[in-house]
Amino acid sequence: MITVEKLTKCYGGATVVDDVSLTVERNSITAIVGTSGSGKSTLLRMINRLVEPTSGRVLLDGRDTRDEPAYLLRRRIGYVIQGNGLFPHRTVAENIATVPRLLGWEARRIEARVRELLEVFSLDPVTYSDALPHQLSGGQQQRVGVARALAAEPLVLLMDEPFGALDPIIRAKAQEDLLDIQRRFGMTVVLVTHDMDEAFRLGSQVAVMSGGRLLQYDRPAVLLTRPADPFVARMTGLADRAMRLLSLVTAGEAALPGPSDGPAVAPTASLREVLSDLLWSGADSARVVEADGSVRGRLTVAAILARGRP
Amino acid sequence: MPRAATFLRLAALALLVAFLLKPQGFAPLFAPLTQYGAPAIYDQGNLLTLALAQLGTVCLAALASSIVAVGLGILVTRPSGAQFLPLSRTLVNVGQTFPPVAVLAVAVPMVGFGERPTLIALFAYGLLPIFENTLVGLRTCPPAVLEAASGMGMSARQRLISVELPLATPLILEGIRLSLVINVGTATIGSTVAAKGLGEVIIAGLLSSNTAFILQGGLVTGLMAILLYDGMAALERRFLRPVALD
Repeated sequence: MITVEKLTKCYGGATVVDDVSLTVERNSITAIVGTSGSGKSTLLRMINRLVEPTSGRVLLDGRDTRDEPAYLLRRRIGYVIQGNGLFPHRTVAENIATVPRLLGWEARRIEARVRELLEVFSLDPVTYSDALPHQLSGGQQQRVGVARALAAEPLVLLMDEPFGALDPIIRAKAQEDLLDIQRRFGMTVVLVTHDMDEAFRLGSQVAVMSGGRLLQYDRPAVLLTRPADPFVARMTGLADRAMRLLSLVTAGEAALPGPSDGPAVAPTASLREVLSDLLWSGADSARVVEADGSVRGRLTVAAILARGRP
Repeated sequence: MPRAATFLRLAALALLVAFLLKPQGFAPLFAPLTQYGAPAIYDQGNLLTLALAQLGTVCLAALASSIVAVGLGILVTRPSGAQFLPLSRTLVNVGQTFPPVAVLAVAVPMVGFGERPTLIALFAYGLLPIFENTLVGLRTCPPAVLEAASGMGMSARQRLISVELPLATPLILEGIRLSLVINVGTATIGSTVAAKGLGEVIIAGLLSSNTAFILQGGLVTGLMAILLYDGMAALERRFLRPVALD
């Protein structure tokens, strides 16, 4: 659990982060969204003390982060930045082994961990262990960056615009991978982005920042239905908020009992995708079918539309 | 291109070694440049010994300049040492602009004749390229890489040793190479204060109007400089990992 208490950062006369308090639950993904200059990156960098707060404090599982030297703290916290920052003079395996080496792990344990991570990120160890970063594609570099951050099994992973440099298709894949990996390793992720779609897609909680202040911190659906501030409403998008709301609910969650002769959809599909399917096919209900072929229920257009209202 | 260039370099090396080992074999080539039956090949000392002595002086001076210049470069790129940048720059620039001959003149009364004043002059003269290249190398490390290094939990020292210096190494080595080459030539002036070196051959030629001597001293010095530069570059290519910085 990460507890941010009254965190403030001033540079000269300018207040970049202004009295921000929030609590990040364990094993969750929290997205911090804001325009550039909103202080979101500074807030993130105060969690691993790359930036020292002017006032306020951060607790990691109840322990003040200032109780130990900053560089020791950072070895326990994964950190991923835009553009990866891979060490260009070190191989992929050496890059991933950075923190385990700093922690003095045994060579055999490091090797096993590097191999495991390469496989998790679908990078063939034989091909990629000894490759240098510039020999990889942008998407591969990004994956190595995340693997490096996770190498020492941190409980917390901080990500600063991690997918900012990727093209849309690779970005969607990287976001999916992150969700998988978070489920698999169960770490607490705090992710900074300026992209509200990304925040809604990844975050179970979303914090909206502007001008250094935290405007609202809540579940995505609450941000849409009860924005605390006109700026939050603008950020979440007034024009398509109903569609965004639909994209937050899966077919499995919304399925109701009853027969349907409409198209089959997976329970993991979002209502937005189901509605699009129904519009396209002209049917007025869809069957929600599990992977094993059993029918979970149906979704009528009316039931979907009802979910798009606050 | 590389194959032809390698062949040329090897040929130059073979020529240099052959000349230094058996200078008399080249006497017919140099004879037309002499007058009144003067010797065609320098005969007041062993050319090989002189060449090696000069090389030794230059390498020793380069070693000292490298330690000081790289050390200063590291110091002034740390937050705690940034205030020393103007001072360091001035010192290093003075070392470069103050003519080595003048340094010799100042140094001789203090440390006497021989190798020592030459070492001092070469040391001061060689600082600038190494210092400036170290500075550029350390300053142009990609910010994202440095941020990642700190974010991973490297201490300032670990970051310097395992990230910044390796990334700056190609530029630092280039500075050292440049400094070496400049000083191989400059070292010949050491002979005016009785340091052993090929300058002796050139001075003897000047005193006795023997063009052959002047040419021998000059050619051997020039060849050594070129081969040293290329040799170091080849070693770097062989042992340094290619690094793409973008």
